[in-house]
Amino acid sequence: MNRLVLWFHRLGSPPYFYRFAGRWLPWLYALALLTGAIGFYGGLVIAPADYQQGDSFRILYVHVPCAWMSLFAYAFMAGNGFVALVWRIKLAELLAMASAPIGAAFTFVTLVTGSIWGKPTWGTWWTWDARLTSELVLLFLYFGVIGLHQAIEDLRQAARAAAFLALVGVVNLPIIHYSVVWWNTLHQAQTVNLLGESKIDARMLWPLLVLAFATHVYFFASVLARTRAALLALESGKAWVRALVAPATEPAHG
Amino acid sequence: MKPGTTTAACVAVLGRDLALVWRRRGDALNPLLFAIIVVALFPFAIGPEQATLERIAAGAIFVALLLAMLLSLDALFRSDLEDGSLEQLVLSPHPLSLLLACKVAAHWLTTALPLLLIAPLAAQLLHLPAPVLPVLLGALALATPLLSLIGAVCVALTMGMRRSGMLLTLLVLPLIVPVLIFGAGACNAAQAGLPYAAPLLLLGAWLALTLVLAPLAAAAALKISLT
Repeated sequence: MNRLVLWFHRLGSPPYFYRFAGRWLPWLYALALLTGAIGFYGGLVIAPADYQQGDSFRILYVHVPCAWMSLFAYAFMAGNGFVALVWRIKLAELLAMASAPIGAAFTFVTLVTGSIWGKPTWGTWWTWDARLTSELVLLFLYFGVIGLHQAIEDLRQAARAAAFLALVGVVNLPIIHYSVVWWNTLHQAQTVNLLGESKIDARMLWPLLVLAFATHVYFFASVLARTRAALLALESGKAWVRALVAPATEPAHG
Repeated sequence: MKPGTTTAACVAVLGRDLALVWRRRGDALNPLLFAIIVVALFPFAIGPEQATLERIAAGAIFVALLLAMLLSLDALFRSDLEDGSLEQLVLSPHPLSLLLACKVAAHWLTTALPLLLIAPLAAQLLHLPAPVLPVLLGALALATPLLSLIGAVCVALTMGMRRSGMLLTLLVLPLIVPVLIFGAGACNAAQAGLPYAAPLLLLGAWLALTLVLAPLAAAAALKISLT
């Protein structure tokens, strides 16, 4: 088999993944920090003030990347959950469960920054329009997955049950994305397009895209860090973990 | 009906569940009392003024009935789990999804149907305008099976957990939010004199989809949580 496929299968082995994640973590955090700094400088300093909202629009640079990440994290969790349920791969279970709290945190930050942005611009901290309501439902879905995972004792069974729940809730993702199309919402309609022209000034757009990249890198760094910890918990009795913890006290043979 | 066929098994499961509820029919009254008490709490909380109660009547009745059904969901599989017959169902050669669909049907018949019967009483307590009542009953008739089916999937996931009541509520409520939005939305539209067919049709479409998919999902979830 070719080298890429071989490497992918190797990643399923706990000790190899542990070493792989450990090697890449500092670089991913550094990259996230660097691109985040560039993005924030571009968004908070370089980008011009909005013609209508003035400088208060700059919270966009926290709100929108976090919103994108809340959806991406759920899709990542559901994808790994599907792999875990179908192929019973241990690492897929751990990656899915590790991404749940991170996604929940991004969703929470999205809701809070959105609320802060809404007060001066809409005149209210909250409104029950389709976009905000479906994002709140996403937060509850995350809490449900985390809660179910905590409630079952056997780690592998807990991960599978929580992954199943995550898959049931995946129907919420298109609802959130298309909520501004299907309903008359207070929330702004789609401005940034993946394919085609975006309805936002280029000087405001590039910091947003840089920050989107930075948050993705940060997400992967976080997931790897959490998975490493979860891996140690799951494999705590195994020889490779014992070798990590107490290499000096291996009994001498002979 | 030939014994040993899938039809016979399904009828047997349905008959057994109905017989078991009949033997403890006093317990089956609990969700009814809960719903009525919750409905009665609203006038105490927001004042007895008729105009105010009229505004929120449909939504409050919807919430009270859904919560009452939620409370009774926990008992869907519990007694079968305790005496081992749930595992026998999983091991049986008949499709588990069909057998679970029959259990959910028994749950709906014994919990939701009585709630539908007291819905007019609740409507009177909150001064719901008379023309809205048929819309309310129609929306409830579509929403309660949805709740039973989606709830069954979540109950199957939390099987075997002691004190899973609050967790079950946390799992079911986000999934049931659209049902509530459209069901109560139809009632509120009817109350305002606006067309109300669209939300009801959407609920009907979801019910059709859920009737097919939820038993399959519940069977898969049960197999996950029983291993």
